[in-house]
Amino acid sequence: MKKLGSQTYSFESDISIISGVSLVGGKEGAGPLKKYFDFVEEDDKMGQKTFEKGERLMFLKTISSAIKKSKVEKDNIDLYLGGDLMNQLVSSNYTASELNIPFVGLYNACATMAESLIVGSIFLDSKGMKNIVCATGSHFSTAERQYRYPLEFGNQRQSYAQWTVTGVGATVVSTEKTSNIKIKMATIGKVTDYGVSDIANMGAAMAPAAMETLVAFFTDTNTTQKDYDLIATGDLGKLGSDIFKDLMMEKGYDIETNYVDCGHMIFNIDQDTLQGGSGAGCSASVFNSYILSKLRSGELKKVLLISTGALMSTTTNQQGDSIPCIAHLVLVEGEN
Amino acid sequence: MNNEERNEKYLEYVEQKSPKAGWFNSLFHAFVMGATICCLGQMFGDIIRSFYPVLDLLTVGAWSSIIIIVLTIFLTAFGCFDRLAKYGGAGTFIPISGFANSIASCAIEFKKEGLVFGVGSKMFYVAGPVLVNGVAYSLIVGVVYFIIGLF
Amino acid sequence: MGEALLMYLKVILVGGSICTIAELIVIRTKITPARILVIFLMVGAILGGFGLYNYVVDWAGAGATLPIVGFGNSLANGAITAVKTDGFFGALSGGLIATSAGIAISIGLSYLVSFFVSSKTKKD
Repeated sequence: MKKLGSQTYSFESDISIISGVSLVGGKEGAGPLKKYFDFVEEDDKMGQKTFEKGERLMFLKTISSAIKKSKVEKDNIDLYLGGDLMNQLVSSNYTASELNIPFVGLYNACATMAESLIVGSIFLDSKGMKNIVCATGSHFSTAERQYRYPLEFGNQRQSYAQWTVTGVGATVVSTEKTSNIKIKMATIGKVTDYGVSDIANMGAAMAPAAMETLVAFFTDTNTTQKDYDLIATGDLGKLGSDIFKDLMMEKGYDIETNYVDCGHMIFNIDQDTLQGGSGAGCSASVFNSYILSKLRSGELKKVLLISTGALMSTTTNQQGDSIPCIAHLVLVEGEN
Repeated sequence: MNNEERNEKYLEYVEQKSPKAGWFNSLFHAFVMGATICCLGQMFGDIIRSFYPVLDLLTVGAWSSIIIIVLTIFLTAFGCFDRLAKYGGAGTFIPISGFANSIASCAIEFKKEGLVFGVGSKMFYVAGPVLVNGVAYSLIVGVVYFIIGLF
Repeated sequence: MGEALLMYLKVILVGGSICTIAELIVIRTKITPARILVIFLMVGAILGGFGLYNYVVDWAGAGATLPIVGFGNSLANGAITAVKTDGFFGALSGGLIATSAGIAISIGLSYLVSFFVSSKTKKD
């Protein structure tokens, strides 16, 4: 691993993404990306008694299927890395106990997908481990209960609010097997706080974090947006990505042409999700479906995935504190 | 530029960039929903009074509230109330229906945590402030009225 | 018939207006619905404490009693009426007695339905 500039690292080992599987709920499955998802679960309790148990089963199904697809024996998976939005990472913890693979839990809210890809790549680059599965996800109904109101409670959402994605994405990264998709570089983000305290306006809170990470990456690598086929942020939503584009423009980068936001693209406008999707499962499921399939087919060659996360808790929010945010970036390249 | 100035500028920019809810639509929906619920209440009251003309206005009012509460709880249980609320906004939460919905929705949501700490304690997760403040205000009014009565 | 129609017009006017004012506060400020409920409740209790809200109730019936302002008014009225009959004890018990039926049915029925119903996923 080599350090470039202030916060970017380039990996020297040949780190391949050998499989990626995504699972989403019915609403996400009815969106514009439906043909890319591996599983669409109409029953988001997965036949279980509670949404929490359903979320765990979603994790288990996605990860098992990703391991199977990678054709690596389960015993040869050295590590399970990842997290979710639940307090104490319970969904990942219970999944790890079912899987019986050594586990490191990570929490960076909705930025956990990129975070686990980065941490996984660093572990692989250390040569000690060979195969790692990275998985993150979120669930609308469990997140709603933990962060907002009961599901049957009648309230109007603000016009700038977002909709937590029910979805899980799992990626197997390996130095033992190879594929044509490689993780080349990563930028580890700094926690950024521009003073936004409105919990409904996550996009506006997280946009500056995404901007600072991307600018740091461009500066560290001496490149610009023109060197990449696609720049994808995690879950800024429509409003957040408009703000992000404005912020990048201010810094002198015009990213209009090759920029997408996973949260904005996962739902149709008529699905009534206001600004689009959010949650740890948002970038995880879109990365493991749409983005990986475009890299596999060679349509995209160089992709920057910037997962963004809002790191507040309900307690700090009620105490009136502003929302600290983070964004991590990974450069994924398809070699055809 | 220090961070405070930067944040202030950014928040101003966000405020101006964030979409505002459609003025006329929201207000109109709230008016329609609020008026409908109140009319329903009045109608139930009138029906009750046509059967029991001896009842005083206060009791009739209480009965129409109770009917609205029962209706709301059933709509919540069948999962339709959140749709109404999405349309009506303040039109649904300002009448007594909002109070009933907040209690019922919490009871239903938290039943998975058991009857004692789930339903029992979290039933007032949303409605608590209304009850606590309401009882406190009535105490203040009562005590003040009592003291004034002493002189 | 004309009198009944006029009554319903008053109900619509008062009930609708109270809700519209609340909605206006929701969309123009950052005050959350829970706080607005408490503020309206307080307004009701103050108006009730001075005996003013009863005029609105007489004029607009359910249009004035059903909104949360009416709940605040009942609490205050209940306390005042009870002080007249029971003295200081009434100051403590009056508010809750006046509103007890509504609170009890909300709690009891919610408790009951929670046995039979689980929350469903939101589709929109």
